[in-house]
Amino acid sequence: MIPVGFEYSRPDTVDAALALLAEHGEDATILAGGHSLLPVMKLRLAAPEMVIDIGRLAELNYIRVDGDEVAIGGVTRYRDLVISGVLAAECPLLPAVARTVGDPQVRHRGTLGGSLAHGDPASDLPAAVLALGGTVVLRSPRGTRSVPITEFYTGVFSSVKEPDELVVEVRVPRTGTAGWAYEKFTRRSNDWAIVGVAVVDGRVGLVNMGSTPLRASATEAALAEGRSVEEAAALADVGTEPPADNAGTPEYRRHLVKVLTRRALTTAAGISAPGA
Amino acid sequence: MPVIRGIVSPAMSILGTRVVRTEDPVFLTRGATYTDDLTDERLTGALHLTLVRSPLAHAKITSIDTEAAKAAPGVVAVYTGADLDLEPALLFPAANKAMLRPFLATDTVRYVGEAVAAVLTEEHWQGEDAADLVEIDYDPLEAVIDLKKALSDEVLLFPEAGTNSVTSMHLGKDDPGDEFFADCEVVITREITNQRVAAAPLESRAASAYWGDDGRCTIFCSTQNAQSARDEVAGWMGMDAKNLRLILPDVGGGFGAKIGADPEFALVAAFSKMAGRPVRWNESRSENMTGMVQGRAQLQTITIGGDRDGKVKAYRLDVIQDAGAYPRLGVVLPMFTRMMASGTYDIPKVWSTAQVVATTTTSTAAYRGAGRPEATQAIERAMDLFADEIGMDPAEIRKINVIKPEQFPFTTKGGAEYDSGEYAKAIDLALEASDYTGLRAEQEARRKRGDAVQLGIGVSSYVEITGGGAFVENATVEVHADGTVTVLTGTSPHGQGHATAWAMLASDELGIPIDKITVIHGDTDLIPKGAGTMGSRSLQTGGVAVHNAAAELVDLAKQRAADLLEANVDDLEIDKETASVVVKGVPGSKSVPLAELAAAEELKVFHEWDGKKPTFPFGAHVAVVEVDVESGKATVERIWAVDDAGPILNPLIFDGQRHGGIAQGIAQALLEEVVFDPDGQPLTATFADYGIPSAAELPSFDLVTMETPTPVNPMGYKGIGEAGTIGSCPAVQNAVIDAVSHLGVSHIDMPLTPVRVWTAIDAAQKEASK
Repeated sequence: MIPVGFEYSRPDTVDAALALLAEHGEDATILAGGHSLLPVMKLRLAAPEMVIDIGRLAELNYIRVDGDEVAIGGVTRYRDLVISGVLAAECPLLPAVARTVGDPQVRHRGTLGGSLAHGDPASDLPAAVLALGGTVVLRSPRGTRSVPITEFYTGVFSSVKEPDELVVEVRVPRTGTAGWAYEKFTRRSNDWAIVGVAVVDGRVGLVNMGSTPLRASATEAALAEGRSVEEAAALADVGTEPPADNAGTPEYRRHLVKVLTRRALTTAAGISAPGA
Repeated sequence: MPVIRGIVSPAMSILGTRVVRTEDPVFLTRGATYTDDLTDERLTGALHLTLVRSPLAHAKITSIDTEAAKAAPGVVAVYTGADLDLEPALLFPAANKAMLRPFLATDTVRYVGEAVAAVLTEEHWQGEDAADLVEIDYDPLEAVIDLKKALSDEVLLFPEAGTNSVTSMHLGKDDPGDEFFADCEVVITREITNQRVAAAPLESRAASAYWGDDGRCTIFCSTQNAQSARDEVAGWMGMDAKNLRLILPDVGGGFGAKIGADPEFALVAAFSKMAGRPVRWNESRSENMTGMVQGRAQLQTITIGGDRDGKVKAYRLDVIQDAGAYPRLGVVLPMFTRMMASGTYDIPKVWSTAQVVATTTTSTAAYRGAGRPEATQAIERAMDLFADEIGMDPAEIRKINVIKPEQFPFTTKGGAEYDSGEYAKAIDLALEASDYTGLRAEQEARRKRGDAVQLGIGVSSYVEITGGGAFVENATVEVHADGTVTVLTGTSPHGQGHATAWAMLASDELGIPIDKITVIHGDTDLIPKGAGTMGSRSLQTGGVAVHNAAAELVDLAKQRAADLLEANVDDLEIDKETASVVVKGVPGSKSVPLAELAAAEELKVFHEWDGKKPTFPFGAHVAVVEVDVESGKATVERIWAVDDAGPILNPLIFDGQRHGGIAQGIAQALLEEVVFDPDGQPLTATFADYGIPSAAELPSFDLVTMETPTPVNPMGYKGIGEAGTIGSCPAVQNAVIDAVSHLGVSHIDMPLTPVRVWTAIDAAQKEASK
């Protein structure tokens, strides 16, 4: 439970962080909140030679309205999402999802950019941003580019982000009063989701139903065609490849995602759930 | 609520009052001093031990290369089994004599986490780097995980033993066979699992050792019983126990898994001798989740028979106990399970067998309840299965079959001699407190509506053994010239509050306030004898010893004061306002303070109390759960617990034990399970994977008081440490199954996770639609 030795650096600016990242390449890793990185380092499943701590970069910690979108800095903490007045008014799904992550200690450390960059398909925020149709802003010494979240992930813990790139910003649409809901299903309150379903404005993002966060495209299409919530939810597992682990079989997850999608769509539509 | 007081205490007695624990301010503020926190000068310059552990469950070791590790920064020594002067040991006397455990594996590894090599470094953090450099080649063997497959002896853990069987109890001896149930109208048989769980105390295992110039070794360690741990380590090391001293700093929880010594304690002492320097060891949480003994791990077949009027006539329990790789205290669990098989019930015919088998997994041992919860779970599931079959209410069937108050003392078919109990009354108290009738009505309404969230109500009736292992305990009480008191105890608190409780017992006799009383434990030089703290034994053994020692000290003081007061001893008493010996009934007469007597001559009493028998606490729990039948998730909404352990010394500590116990019972029912894959790889070796609950998973507990004294000791005390676990676990399992029984489900194995509950519902509905 003691990591392999490593160098640690805490640059003062994004530019300095990018320069370090460029210098060390794949030997370096970015530390933001550390709640995904440090456990794997302690278990010696990761052994970076250089740890670049960006967690205190104030220039990456913000939430502001920018045109039709809300722009959120990469190291904005879950806790900041939870208490944000801007998000409460403009994009209420995001604080609601952030509130379900881990426990208060985790929420005070973990960052939005860190969660998206890490790319754990069992994490909540990537699927929420996916449901929102957000954008990931990547920066490197080579410049800045924006990648739609739908094109960001390539597999478990992997994305199109290059080793010299940093997630500096996440942009999500201002969904305002559009119906939204998040159904997170866990054994214990601070567990990862066995399955999670984020719904906003007719779009559906799925947690832990495959190697990346997924959109329930068949459900979305059914909704767009005007089919009922029940009919649409019954298609939530189409195109998914749910994992098998202690918490659930693929068969169970396929069942569960339909139940949770129905509940989330029902809540999002402002209908009181039957039997609730 | 009727309260039966076992002891008529003086009006001003501190006994029975809610005294805040004197040890808590330190625990809650600056923190305790655990073994790894020690800054004792005797450990100056200590080396740090890191063990290289097997990544495979079963393999031949073909080579070990330590050269690279020896050259790593900070490394002072790297040892393998070949360097050790410790003979492989039988860790439990009743086990198969060929199942010896090497202190470092030399030829074969038999579970993931078994120690193979040892690295000693100047700094703790250097150890893991060096351990990674020890190159060990393994030739994998087939893992043995499944208990029935283990019993087939197809793959042997110890070829020299010729079998995986560790021991068996009453197998094939006069087996009554099917005739046993011939007179029963209804017979139900079912295989159920009492799953393996991890104790996971906050403080993982730790030990430090140094050798003095006098040739004596001192080990600071985390254990539940210093004196027996000393004897065990001395035995392993082939040394006289007189030359070994164990000192226990604060111990951060044990739950049974810290009973006795761990082989690592001997390693620390041996390496300290070999390296000529003190050695420290504190395992990581990852090591703890595979290295520390685990509990339960029984596969049970229950068969229950009786008539449709609700009378149970015959019960049979066949147990397969998983011992893990190297048999330890787990071997004894089925003995308690068999003894307590029939629970609170008067069943005319009871038969049980047990088979203990070795597997390529972590060794098993005691865990909160240790054999009794396994018995309770089995009989309480059996009663519900029987009630379900004949269409009778689970509470009703229990009341029909429980042993009646006039039958005590009651000797069971399993050989237990129940001391005292009012089992039906405990059930009634729990039913009344929970408004059982109202709950059933609510359940019926939800069933009729077809709600997604169904209500389940589970009842358990339990009796258990406390102080079952060791009946003898000692205490020394000494009053000092400054009016303070020292109590030495052979018990070994690791969360139980003995510093407060023992001070209360002494204070009540001496009239000296508890803040002047210091309780000392866990130093084998100061307290050479003692059996420690386990099996909920401490109050009825060690507590009674303190009470008796203090009472004897009062007698001694009165004898000494008689001359000074020119009075007959029989006319003297302690004035508890002033802690002085005074003449009875003569206010304002001459008096002699105890402190003054102590100043004149040592005022100290050693008392050894032998209760000769265990006691049998009992109770009843009612659990209410909500089950979301669409997702399978079960949530405990309320739990009403009637736990009767005789007179209550301190309700705060008593209720705290129940809270912790109930939490662990609920956790086993719903969340916790140690899982190995077919290759023997642990799948639950972190707290992310292993289902320890947080407060968020638990309801507030409704505790109902009932106090029935035991005749076994003068104070009427029984133990409360494990009762909550034993009562709550079956109540919760029964409640969850009850919530979905109308959907055709009759049993679900623990832990009742969402996937298991949903799978059971799904299977029942598919079956019904066939």
